[in-house]
Amino acid sequence: MSGIRLENVFKAYGDATVVRDLSLTIPQGEFFTLLGPSGSGKTTTLSIIAGFTMADRGRVFINGRDATRAEPRERGLGMVFQNYAIFPHLNVFENVAFPLTVKKVPKVEIAKRVADALEMVKLTGFERRYARQLSGGQQQRVALARAIVAHPPIVLMDEPLGALDKNLRYHMQMEIKEISTRLGMTVVYVTHDQEEALTMSDRIAIMNGGVIAQMGPPREVYERPQSAFVAKFLGEADLIRVERQSGCLVGPGSLPVRAGEDNGSLQKGQLFLRPEKVTLCDPGTGEAGCTLRGKVHQVAFLGNVIRFEVELEDGTIILSDVANAAGIKNFPVGAAVDVTWLPEHARLLED
Amino acid sequence: MPLGPLAKWLLLAPAVALLLVLFLTPVGWFISASLMELGSWQDIWDEVAAVMGTGVIVRSIINTNGISLAVTLLTLVIGYPVAYAMTRARGLTFTLILVCVVLPYFTSTIVRTYAWMVILGRNGIINQLLLGMGLVDEPLQLMYNRLGVLIGMTYVLLPYMVLTLFATMKSVDGRLLQAAAGMGARPMTIFTRVFFPLTFHGVMAGSLIVYILAMGFFITPALMGGPDDLMMAMLIEREVELSHNWPVAAIMTIILLVITLSLYAVYTRFSDSSEERLA
Amino acid sequence: MMAGSFLRAALLRSVVFVICATMLAPILIVMIVSFSGDGYLKFPPQTFSDQWYLRFLTNARWVGSLWNSLLIALMSCVVATAMGFLAAYAMVRGAFSMRKAVMALLLMPLIVPHVVTAIAIYFMSARFNLIGFKPWIALAHAVVALPVVLIILQSALKAVDPNLERAAMIFGCGRAGVFRRVILPLVTPSVVSALLFSFLISFDELVISLFLAGIRSETLPVRIWNSLMLEVEPTIAAVSTLLIAATCLALVIEWGMRRYQEHRFGAKA
Repeated sequence: MSGIRLENVFKAYGDATVVRDLSLTIPQGEFFTLLGPSGSGKTTTLSIIAGFTMADRGRVFINGRDATRAEPRERGLGMVFQNYAIFPHLNVFENVAFPLTVKKVPKVEIAKRVADALEMVKLTGFERRYARQLSGGQQQRVALARAIVAHPPIVLMDEPLGALDKNLRYHMQMEIKEISTRLGMTVVYVTHDQEEALTMSDRIAIMNGGVIAQMGPPREVYERPQSAFVAKFLGEADLIRVERQSGCLVGPGSLPVRAGEDNGSLQKGQLFLRPEKVTLCDPGTGEAGCTLRGKVHQVAFLGNVIRFEVELEDGTIILSDVANAAGIKNFPVGAAVDVTWLPEHARLLED
Repeated sequence: MPLGPLAKWLLLAPAVALLLVLFLTPVGWFISASLMELGSWQDIWDEVAAVMGTGVIVRSIINTNGISLAVTLLTLVIGYPVAYAMTRARGLTFTLILVCVVLPYFTSTIVRTYAWMVILGRNGIINQLLLGMGLVDEPLQLMYNRLGVLIGMTYVLLPYMVLTLFATMKSVDGRLLQAAAGMGARPMTIFTRVFFPLTFHGVMAGSLIVYILAMGFFITPALMGGPDDLMMAMLIEREVELSHNWPVAAIMTIILLVITLSLYAVYTRFSDSSEERLA
Repeated sequence: MMAGSFLRAALLRSVVFVICATMLAPILIVMIVSFSGDGYLKFPPQTFSDQWYLRFLTNARWVGSLWNSLLIALMSCVVATAMGFLAAYAMVRGAFSMRKAVMALLLMPLIVPHVVTAIAIYFMSARFNLIGFKPWIALAHAVVALPVVLIILQSALKAVDPNLERAAMIFGCGRAGVFRRVILPLVTPSVVSALLFSFLISFDELVISLFLAGIRSETLPVRIWNSLMLEVEPTIAAVSTLLIAATCLALVIEWGMRRYQEHRFGAKA
């Protein structure tokens, strides 16, 4: 049994509970992301897995062994730190060799494995440089090479790309993903960047207030959020107040609304839609039962997408993203429109 | 990686033990044992009253504070322009000023005092010069009086003032001064209305540290002062070494400690990172 | 207006020049006088010689005091730096509710007049027959050196990113390994500074030595003091020049060490 298992892990600092009875299982080879706003407990969770922080209660299993009380060095993990934590007194070679040097691996073996790791992160030829002589991206690669050089089955990554600019970040996301897949590593990745989490992960745990708000594959958590928090945290979300009147759900203006999975139990709540699933059409042409009325409040040109802000009768603002493709229909500000969607794209969320 | 509570105290233990054994215990023991020699509380109180009524002791307290105040003002007046020049200087000029401040700072107090004795002595350099030029007929008394004490102590304490002021001045945002100049303020106005107020806490911190250190001075006044320049530290030493009058030494010590420690409490208010400044 | 600011700048420059010259002058004068070939103090010396150095080096009491000072300073700086390092590490990485109180205690010897410290230790030492015992004097010097060591090392350790320590731990180091492989290399220049400055503090210390040295362990500053009580003789200039040279050497080593470290990996520890 490999991978990671947390059982009812609890951590508090004084009165502040940071992680609240958290349980999760990460199977071997999975790219698992802890996503959440700052203070959500994701970094503490990672720190508990690494062994830098001891949980107050609960147990930590790493590769099937109870590692709750183990020293960090006994856990056999690799790690990439925020701001890289490259040893400034060691050059690139010595930095990458560090995990092997400490374990007293023979010199020849070290040289070979460091060369392999550096090749993997495309840093061959930089062996003699020091951290200050490297760009942010290069430092990131050194940190990555150091984390994988000893072939740890599990690698932890704490916001490793936070300090990089946007283009480089996307590039590194792809590289990290590729390397982790190639080496079959389990990766526990902490980030507050939802796009990054969606791009890279096999599974995402969205944390909030020390608990996991929702856990699942990127597509599932994005399209089928179980709470307004998750819906909003994973990108733009349209949330429409709805309630049940004589068996039927109605939205603003007492217009009936439909959602894919409606078992009839929800009395009052919110209808969730992603802006790209919302279409606009001329008044009266929207599909019956999935249409609300409003007027265009604002139009934003985002390049690949045109974003319409529509104000519904009760003042709710609904976003509708329309791909900037040939033949799109333009609605000027102030125009009356119907907001419509397919029932299977809508979800009901309890309050 | 935070340290556990045990590890933390274990690491602190040697240093704390050193201070306990060679600082707190001796100071506490010396004071309490010396006072106890006197007998009851009433006797102690009588002795305190007697000490406070002794002319020599009262004069030494006045002298100490007077000299400390004068030295503080002197170091401030002399040190301020130097610190200011340091913040403006670059490259070699800066290094040269720094050397002129730091080299004396790290040179032994006794060596620095000796140097001034060579200069100010009856047969010292200044008197040789003055006599040689025929400006005076007989050597001037530049030492073994208040003048000597002030010159010597100011010299020894000046680096503390300069370095404290420099630390403050360096942190003044130059853009504020540019903004003031841009709004048409005259250089003098910029100095009195912007720069000086911004460096005021440095002035206070520097003055307090110099005053505190001057209060406990012993070597320089002992070597360069005259009979009228008896300071508290010297008196305490004299009570112990010559008169073996431990109770009086203890009472004087308490007075000296109360003054310096309360000034230190004020000092910590004027410098957020007092630790760093002292370095 | 322009002329005014030019004049002001010129005035400031000359004032600062005079002050700086005055700061340096006594030290230079002592050094020059120490090479005097004259029989008594005269400036500038009419002739030059190494007579005062010879007199110093051939006098058993002077040389003995030099050895005493070196021995005591050596012990003292090692003790102060070691203890200060541990304490600084605890202060930087430990979570303290009473950090301020602990720090105030540790810095106290800097504020309390040395005469008080000296007399208090003397009072106790006399009872345990420790007067003149060199390790004891070294420990007493360590008390006054400790705050300085602590300040230097604390700021150095604060500059070490805690993630570097975490990285070392996750990659296989225990506490000792983290210390040896990461912390120590990063703060070496500061440790050297701490050693040098605590050495200087002990080497130059007079007041405590005055009380604790006894006859057995007269240190160089005490010897100077005793000698100054009699007359201002040029032998002292030679001794002083040696002390100044030691200070300069320490400062140059310290500066060079820092430059090297910065040059090597750009860290300002």
